[in-house]
Amino acid sequence: MEALKDKLESSFLVLENELNGEAEGEIHGRRREAFKRFVDKGFPTKRDEEWKYTNLKPILKHDYRIFAKDDRTVDFSTIKPFFLNDVDTYKLVFIDGYYSSWLSETTHQGFDICTFSNMLSKYQDVAQQYFAKALPKEESMAAVNTAFAREGAFIRIKKGVTVDKPVEIIFITTDQKVETLAQPRNLVVVEENAEVSILERHQSLSAKPVLTNTATEIFALRDSRLNYYKIQNDAKNASLIDSTSVKQYRGSNVSLGTFSFGNKFIRNNLNFFLEEEHTESHMDGITVIDKDQTVDHHTLADHKVPHCYSDELYKGIYDENAHGVFNGKVMVHPHAQKTNAFQQNNNILLTDKASIDTKPQLEIFADDVQCSHGCTIGQLDEEAMFYLQSRGIPEKEAKALLLYAFANDGLRNVKIPALRKKLNRQIAKKLNVNLDFEL
Amino acid sequence: MKTEESYLEEVTASEYKYGFYTNIEADKVPPGLSEEVIRIISAKKQEPEWMTEWRLDAYRKFQKMTEPKWPNVTYPEPDLQAISYYSAPKKKKELESLDEVDPELLDTFKKLGISLEEQKRLTGVAMDVVVDSVSVKTTFKEKLGELGIIFCSMSEAIQDHPELVKKYLGTVVPKTDNFYAALNSAVFTDGSFCYIPKGVRCPMELSTYFRINEAGTGQFERTLVIADESSYVSYLEGCTAPMRDENQLHAAVVELVALDDAEIKYSTVQNWYPGDKDGKGGVYNFVTKRGMCERNAKISWTQVETGSAVTWKYPSCILKGENSVGEFYSVAVTNNYQQADTGTKMIHLGKNTKSTIISKGICAGHSNGSYRGLVKIGPRAENARNFSQCDSLLMGNGCGSHTFPYIETQNKSAKIEHEATTSKIGEDQIFYCNQRGIGEEEAIALIVNGYCKDVLNQLPMEFAVEAQKLLAISLEGSVG
Repeated sequence: MEALKDKLESSFLVLENELNGEAEGEIHGRRREAFKRFVDKGFPTKRDEEWKYTNLKPILKHDYRIFAKDDRTVDFSTIKPFFLNDVDTYKLVFIDGYYSSWLSETTHQGFDICTFSNMLSKYQDVAQQYFAKALPKEESMAAVNTAFAREGAFIRIKKGVTVDKPVEIIFITTDQKVETLAQPRNLVVVEENAEVSILERHQSLSAKPVLTNTATEIFALRDSRLNYYKIQNDAKNASLIDSTSVKQYRGSNVSLGTFSFGNKFIRNNLNFFLEEEHTESHMDGITVIDKDQTVDHHTLADHKVPHCYSDELYKGIYDENAHGVFNGKVMVHPHAQKTNAFQQNNNILLTDKASIDTKPQLEIFADDVQCSHGCTIGQLDEEAMFYLQSRGIPEKEAKALLLYAFANDGLRNVKIPALRKKLNRQIAKKLNVNLDFEL
Repeated sequence: MKTEESYLEEVTASEYKYGFYTNIEADKVPPGLSEEVIRIISAKKQEPEWMTEWRLDAYRKFQKMTEPKWPNVTYPEPDLQAISYYSAPKKKKELESLDEVDPELLDTFKKLGISLEEQKRLTGVAMDVVVDSVSVKTTFKEKLGELGIIFCSMSEAIQDHPELVKKYLGTVVPKTDNFYAALNSAVFTDGSFCYIPKGVRCPMELSTYFRINEAGTGQFERTLVIADESSYVSYLEGCTAPMRDENQLHAAVVELVALDDAEIKYSTVQNWYPGDKDGKGGVYNFVTKRGMCERNAKISWTQVETGSAVTWKYPSCILKGENSVGEFYSVAVTNNYQQADTGTKMIHLGKNTKSTIISKGICAGHSNGSYRGLVKIGPRAENARNFSQCDSLLMGNGCGSHTFPYIETQNKSAKIEHEATTSKIGEDQIFYCNQRGIGEEEAIALIVNGYCKDVLNQLPMEFAVEAQKLLAISLEGSVG
């Protein structure tokens, strides 16, 4: 870990040199400040309460290359399976951290779907207003990302616009014959009364370990609507640390789904900051993992003001040696009266080697609220199994069907039919169910 | 009609009722903590060599430890060097009857509404009365002796039953378990010891009263309850402490051992001085309580916590044997500036082990209440079952309620359910009562009592009455 930290420190100097005149600007000041926080604090260890169940050491021991080579030689057929395909979308494709214009489909008509670097150079005011303003200061991994923030997606939907088709953001890491660290940075601003759906996914094509340390800042202004989906189904030697922070303003409605099937290691830090009244937030997650996979979900719903609603549903199925972590925090500050906050985390362990550590946490400082959390760890309902078997469905299929139905709940907020279908297929495939019907 | 605020004002206005100070001459060791002091304590108690060594070993380990920072409470760190670690009422001679007990002491009990002779005659409860660390009187000892039950103070047990103490002391809560457990192991002055022999069902509830009496003394109680195979015991513990302005430290350790097929029921009513309504003074209550369950054994913890300025305590069960059962029922009430971080740990190691957790928190004023619990299912704990429910009731908008449940599962056959809710007393519930002619104050009392019923029902009869009294005092004005 220390080696990587040293490497990041020298790389940061290289980055500063490359910036030339820009290095004195305010934006870079924020990078520098974030990097200082990282240097002071270091990588998180198991001693941090937030990382109690997840050991980063094996992930950080590799000698990652910090700045990937720019070759952009991937052709469309290689990455076609990662797209939604059935439906027309705007596309933002990044290869090894560089924007690939010929694989992408962007626009500036009525709204901006372009790149983070573009935003930094073209829309100084946006950068001033939003860059590094949503991510919590105490998270080290987000700080590292902020320090190296140069490229990623920038999506700004102007006032009152409903985007005609979903936006897909895909980050590809090619086979560069070395361990690679990717640090994409996204900024999403949905202005007053605008609406958009976004899909994000990270994909490694490398045989070597790849670590993606991504960060996304989302601002949902008044009465805006945003659906954001993260599909985490990367290669078996890829690791992902995802820090996403959402700031919601009056009357906005944000729904965020995290669907984790792949990767060796996934850590999601998902924070919702409810800044103004009458907001609605939904967090959903489906985790289906096996082998030596680890998925760690940390979520926060931060109710600062009255009359907000948050709802969380995370479903997990763990097979073989898989390890799951769920830590859902609901903070209700003083004066945030009439808060409704709900949280549900259901898990199924399929083997004795699989394990789950869960900590649904409520911190409440206001009295007129309705908050609840529920958490279960268990097996399939024996009666349901018996019912299916008594109707001639063999045990294996019955089990798979029930597991599938269990996980399927987590798709309740997926509003794009094509995505729903794709996720359904992915869950079925992961569970080894052959469904001869469409849901 | 009174508003909720006015009730809360009444609540905060009611001063601690049991605040008085008994003037008894005490035999005190000068304040401070060192190997020397530990040797003095050990010598004063005429302990055997092995016990002195045990204490010193704990002290050496303690010196390498630091005060835990993870509980969700804030308080000025107690100065361990300013505490006097030994204070015993001056012993005159062995007492045969109640007449020989210091009349001032008897007066203390009268004020608390516990008259020894009444208790003895009417309720059949054997009491081991502890005033400032040393047992003054043990009643019903002979009667229990006939059944082979040993119920005495810890110091007597060290003298008379060293083989049992040696075998079990520190096996459930090791010396190095945590900062305060290590401190307790080094300096504990007295406490209760209880041994129930094979196949014996203890015919009466055993109870102990702890009181902090001497200004500037921390109390370090050590309790050890051993239930041998197929035995049963119900043990009660209750506390009230006189009013004092400086913070007092209470770091007790309770160890329960339930051997095969045994059952222990351990109930606590805790009402140490919580500080005044500005949060000044009050007792620090840092307690380590843990029970070990062997095959088919059962340990049930019931607690009603209303006192102390700062509390952290987590009565735990290690479900080691097959088919063992752990239960935890708790009501924690905090008011004014009280802080409580309490909960339980259920460690499932054996097959078919079961645990139930029911925790009810009530927060009023500017207090903070936390539930912190761990349910751990080990890889070999086939078919383990846990049900947890932790509810919080908030009264007033200055208080905070927190829930930190940790659930760690390493076995696929485990079934775990956890539920938590936080809410205030429903306006519609109060309205419903009002509509039927029940005043607002009574309505709140009714609702709070109903809310705590699951837990209060678990208390033995003798204690249920006292528990209700304490709830009433703690939330006076809003609870009838």
